[in-house]
Amino acid sequence: MKTFQFGHAKSVDDAIGTAVATGGTYYAGGTNLLDLMKNGVEAPDVLIDVGRLGLDAITATPRGGVLIGAGATNSVVANHPLVRTQYPVLSQAILSGATTQLRNMATAGGNLVQRTRCPYFMDPAFAACDKRTPGSGCAARGGFNREHALFGASGSCVAVHPSDMAVALAILDALVHVRGPAGSRVIPLDQFFALPADHPDRDNTLAPAELIVGIELPPSACADHSWYLKVRDRHSYAFALVSVAVGLDVADGVIRPVAIAMGGVAAKPWRNRAAESALVGKAPQRAIFQSAARIAMEGAEPLSQNGYKVDLGKHAVVRALERAMR
Amino acid sequence: MPEAETSCRIVELTVNGGARRATVDVRSTLLDLLRDRIGLTGTKKGCDHGLCGACTVTVDGERVLGCLTLAASIDGSDVVTVEGLADGDELSALQQAFVEHDGFQCGFCTSGQLSSAHALLREHTRGDLSAASFEADRGAASCGRVCLTNDEIRERMAGNICRCGAQANIVTAIAEVGRGRA
Repeated sequence: MKTFQFGHAKSVDDAIGTAVATGGTYYAGGTNLLDLMKNGVEAPDVLIDVGRLGLDAITATPRGGVLIGAGATNSVVANHPLVRTQYPVLSQAILSGATTQLRNMATAGGNLVQRTRCPYFMDPAFAACDKRTPGSGCAARGGFNREHALFGASGSCVAVHPSDMAVALAILDALVHVRGPAGSRVIPLDQFFALPADHPDRDNTLAPAELIVGIELPPSACADHSWYLKVRDRHSYAFALVSVAVGLDVADGVIRPVAIAMGGVAAKPWRNRAAESALVGKAPQRAIFQSAARIAMEGAEPLSQNGYKVDLGKHAVVRALERAMR
Repeated sequence: MPEAETSCRIVELTVNGGARRATVDVRSTLLDLLRDRIGLTGTKKGCDHGLCGACTVTVDGERVLGCLTLAASIDGSDVVTVEGLADGDELSALQQAFVEHDGFQCGFCTSGQLSSAHALLREHTRGDLSAASFEADRGAASCGRVCLTNDEIRERMAGNICRCGAQANIVTAIAEVGRGRA
């Protein structure tokens, strides 16, 4: 591992100022970043530890939602009473990822900016990876791609975002609070992640030196009818082949607002609003779930080895909706 | 952030109740600090990439992976390793149960398994959930009163791999001690 300078930031402004002055990289739980540094994928000159900034509070907001400090660990978020009761799908999604040891270290902010686990990205022995080395090509497109994207990929990158938490955040219309050299701003989750397009090296729309300080959850009417279904090669401690987060508001036997997002199929949590619209105003029954699932997978562009995900995705959407209604 | 000027740092920790101070390369992980500098070799290096759990230790009361923890980042923390689980020659209830139920064969993963299992019981007592908790009724998941079934134990121990195949006996050992506490 290449050496680096390390320091604990004294405040958010100190962290941002140091990042601007040094081009340094923020460091929190380190579960992904340190691993990438060991692999030689990342080689920051300066690590700015943002773990002591007091950004770990989880509080109720005046409008009835919850604000999660970016430094709260995944374990703390998943087990917090406000999250469990108002957003159980978020607890479930977080707890379906990684292991307790990792969740005790990894933070909410870090979860959003973790990198893809595409094996060609994770190992510099593979020369071709446009995400790691722009312009070098994509080894996955013609290589092992059974775990890769169905939607929103580009010629230069077919990687998927690995987060489970983010899939739940997508159906909750979460807001990402960030601070940077130009001040504070709020990014809706569906505008936070970037599809590869012409810049596969950029995973998100954060500007240089911007730091995630919190994740806001607006009030949700779906707490009684939500589910996170994760389909993977083994029952625990594996990334999703396909995952589905659903949340329904059901009144008088009719589906009112509903949200569906999929993980493991794109470089961002994949919300499908056409599939959601197909459910609104209908009674929650299997046939209508199946038609929504067909719509959800329309436009999928399978690679050489991941065509199975189209069928898997359809079944997963139906199962998630049915489980949410139990 | 003026402190970030050298490639070495002084790290002060409490390890198994004793004060420790060491000058470490900023690249040092907690795992390497414990094994190579402090001489506590009970904690093992398996994969060194956060996959196997052999390096599991407790930092400030929570189980973490020593191999993915930069020593410099936890300056001032309280660390407990496998060497800190017994009371002198008196094994902890979990250590004794691992012995009685053949919870290990080669032993390389055992220190991590034990550190994890001790944390698991604390977490369950506190009401922490696992992914398995949602398969039971939602009320229990919402308030955190979940039964420590074998499915719960397996899910909560998923971060500790045993290549000898002692996992079934490890679950039995943890279940026995967990039941005694309930």
